[in-house]
Amino acid sequence: MISLSHYIVLGAVLFCIAVAGLFINRKNVIVLLMSIELMLLAVNTNFVAFSRFLGDVSGQVFVFFILTVAAAEAAIGLAILVLLFRNRSTINVADIDSMKG
Amino acid sequence: MNPQLFQLICFYAFGFVTVAAALAVITLRNTVHAVLALVLTFFSTACLWMLAEAEFLALALIVVYVGAVMVLFLFVVMMLDIDQEKMREGFVKFLPVGLVVAVVMLVEMLGLIGVRAMHAQLMGADPAAVAGLSNTAWLGMALYTKYLLPFEVAALILTVGVVAAVALTLRQRVASRYASASEQVKVKPGDRVRIVKMAATLPVEESPVPQQESKS
Repeated sequence: MISLSHYIVLGAVLFCIAVAGLFINRKNVIVLLMSIELMLLAVNTNFVAFSRFLGDVSGQVFVFFILTVAAAEAAIGLAILVLLFRNRSTINVADIDSMKG
Repeated sequence: MNPQLFQLICFYAFGFVTVAAALAVITLRNTVHAVLALVLTFFSTACLWMLAEAEFLALALIVVYVGAVMVLFLFVVMMLDIDQEKMREGFVKFLPVGLVVAVVMLVEMLGLIGVRAMHAQLMGADPAAVAGLSNTAWLGMALYTKYLLPFEVAALILTVGVVAAVALTLRQRVASRYASASEQVKVKPGDRVRIVKMAATLPVEESPVPQQESKS
């Protein structure tokens, strides 16, 4: 029988995979963006599970808003990426250092 | 078969696919393959949400993510000319750090949330069904009453996202020549043709120079 811990553990595993992805793909901006999407997915899974097990609708409403914001974020992020590639001809994070941070 | 046991088997199957696809996302060499693995991750997660009886959100995840966001990702990945080999530099170098951080984080999280205590919380009756509603109606009731203002703000955020994406990528080419529709519509007849009033007949002018006689 499915218990709350099943969903929570799955969310934690997904989140940790996404963090590892941020570390090992430090050059490719597209994979970094995809890792962020994976993190949001893990968080959403937790929200859905808690909403289901506590019988509270607020968790699912919150997932709805996270989906909205994530869609806008992906659109703007990819637009910036296209602009970056047009101006610099690279999406390598190591090459994008004009601000000398 | 016991339906609850069947649910558990489904959970493990979908959960395994989700985790395997997520691992593929961060390790695959080809970025296009990574995007496709991410699609699989989203799809199997939607199945897991369906198991938790969050039907509306599961279908919204498929429609919004698999249908729109992932297609956008694929567009961008295929449009950009990426040097795959150069992108892989440092993969092996950062692999130990990434693994250590991820594993330590996972252990900490699992220790913090107390897996055993939550194991007692079994999936009870669907709260939407208890209220006598479908999942979509249950969600909509809250969304359009208690959360109406955040809902409007979400619409505003999406609009800003669309405008920002277009404004960022729009390119004004100086060299290109094109017909401006608004300029064409705005033009008046007076700008194109000038009508000059003049008499219908003109008197023949006397030529001041006397006619030269031909010398023979």
